[in-house]
Amino acid sequence: MLEIKNLHARIAEDGTEIIRGLNLTVKDGEVAAIMGPNGSGKSTLSYILAGREDYEVTEGDILYNGESILDLDPAERAAKGIFLAFQYPMEIPGVATMEFLKVAINAQRKARGEEELKIPELLRRVKEASSLLSMDMAMLKRPLNVGFSGGEKKRAEILQMTLLEPSLCVLDETDSGLDIDALKIVSEGVNALRSPDRSIVVITHYQRLLDYIVPDSVHVLYKGRVIKSGDKSLARQLEDNGYAEIIGEAAETVETA
Amino acid sequence: MNIHTSQPRTPAETALIDAFSERVGNLPGNADVAIARDTALEALKIQGLPSRRVESWHYTDFRTLLRVVAPFDPAAGSQPIMSLLPGSTIATVSNGVAISAGQADGVTFQKLSEKLVDGTFAPALATRGTDDLIGQINATYVTGGWYIDIAEGAEIEAPIELQNLQKSGQAHVRFPVRAGKGAKATIIERQFGGEGEAFSSSISHLTVADGAEVIWIILREQGDAAVQLGQFNTTIGKDAKLTLFIVNTGGKLVRQEVHVLAKGEGSDFQLRGINLLGGESHTDVTMTVGHLVENTSSTQIVRNVVTGRARGVFQGMIRVAKIAQKTDARMACNTLLLSDDGEFDAKPELEIFADDVACGHGATVTEISQDHLFYLMARGIPEKTARGLLVKAFVAEIIEELENEPLVEALEGILEDWLSAHA
Repeated sequence: MLEIKNLHARIAEDGTEIIRGLNLTVKDGEVAAIMGPNGSGKSTLSYILAGREDYEVTEGDILYNGESILDLDPAERAAKGIFLAFQYPMEIPGVATMEFLKVAINAQRKARGEEELKIPELLRRVKEASSLLSMDMAMLKRPLNVGFSGGEKKRAEILQMTLLEPSLCVLDETDSGLDIDALKIVSEGVNALRSPDRSIVVITHYQRLLDYIVPDSVHVLYKGRVIKSGDKSLARQLEDNGYAEIIGEAAETVETA
Repeated sequence: MNIHTSQPRTPAETALIDAFSERVGNLPGNADVAIARDTALEALKIQGLPSRRVESWHYTDFRTLLRVVAPFDPAAGSQPIMSLLPGSTIATVSNGVAISAGQADGVTFQKLSEKLVDGTFAPALATRGTDDLIGQINATYVTGGWYIDIAEGAEIEAPIELQNLQKSGQAHVRFPVRAGKGAKATIIERQFGGEGEAFSSSISHLTVADGAEVIWIILREQGDAAVQLGQFNTTIGKDAKLTLFIVNTGGKLVRQEVHVLAKGEGSDFQLRGINLLGGESHTDVTMTVGHLVENTSSTQIVRNVVTGRARGVFQGMIRVAKIAQKTDARMACNTLLLSDDGEFDAKPELEIFADDVACGHGATVTEISQDHLFYLMARGIPEKTARGLLVKAFVAEIIEELENEPLVEALEGILEDWLSAHA
């Protein structure tokens, strides 16, 4: 599904290198958790996967289903099935949520050569997905994310993800700002999307989310590289001991190498 | 004071002034009207076209900008067009001549030329002041229009659409409208042009009597070679309400003036303006609002989208008289710049003589947010579509305030057409 090879990337504006030789492979159907302290490059990685222009890839490659996506713009990547659930979803006044969903779904369908969804079918799908996430349809009449609480915004992200049916979901700190009830609802929404042909990359600072979305693999990101990979027990270990221990080990490895 | 007499006349000034001797035989009116025309022409001769040195024309230097005055063209007439909203009562002026008007209970339509011939309209031809170029030109040359009276207490369901059609050539028209006490009406003033070179002026006079409520839409769709001067003069009575919504698209050189007098206590004036400016257009909206009595309110919101090499101007002046305590007046001008060569100048002014008022103004200039654009594209919306959505969002907000679904849809349709052609 996803292969990141020796990726180096910097902020386009000032040239600060954020990703420094990152390697990561996520198989079809795998749920991979990416953890790391603040400033390790987690959110940058999510933006680079989605194709944000503020970052420049200087070395390495990102392969999605075997093909490099570096030359694709964000809309093209989305149409190919890459979805980023934002840590801070944008409030866009004047764009009605329902209209946005219709335009986005149909733009992707068009790019894939599929027929556009008719309004009744669209409404049916939206209704079904929003009830699963305990979302009030009345919210969708409002402008996109405007006046939504932090929890409502995160739910709206998962609603979009459900409706757009991506193959690769990247969740950027989806747990931040959620109380425990909202966390459960959002996690159930994500778990409902787990399938053998859909991979999910969960980026998080805390282990808490991983109690609900149980990962197949856990990767620790530090200074723009994956310094340790393991199974879900690695997340537990981080929760108990913090990042310092693993960072220390990694530093030794680098020195001896 | 005149500052132009020492300067040689520009070709445009000469064309404007010299045409009178040829046109005068075709201009309707009795002796009083003839005197009013002569007075206006004399003012035009003395003042000339205003340059940037005239404060109210500072950002629209007409002396420099007006190079060609399209001549009168007897063949420029055209047939009524489809109304913006279905079921409207249409009154059409084409090439300066009132050609047809529909019928509606509680509304009377009279050709303006009749009121020029009988002289009853002569007092209304007086100009606003030495800088009133629009009044000077229009009073000199006005040929037609519709005089409309809405009966006291009449609630007019169907919109009244005033069509001013000018596909090319030159014409000068007026639309005086009186909304009687407690009357309710929606009026759509369509300034509709063609692709030919055109020079036209249109002045509307609206009296909103006590307790009346009027929604007035000025929809300007002009070709790239059209020069148009518009002026909207209104007085608002006690507990009366006026919402004026201006949409400007197209036009090479456009100036729309709005002059409002809040004369009755409890009156409310709302201005919403949308300027969609592309190509080489220069479009100026200049407004003065006078709060003359206690307890009146007004809000002005102008949203501008500027692309290409277009240039826009908004001048807004709120005057609050000394006795006009408890005035509540707010003004905002927001611009979305889509090109590096576009320009927008905003000049908000407050002149407040009362001491217990709430008045404020603000102006912003922004570009499309890269964060918003990325968010939409990350959902698979191609860049051009995403930009269109964001521009639409910027102006649609104030269209939706109208809370009249057919009207909102019609204006959004115009917005979408403009966007697909320009953004």
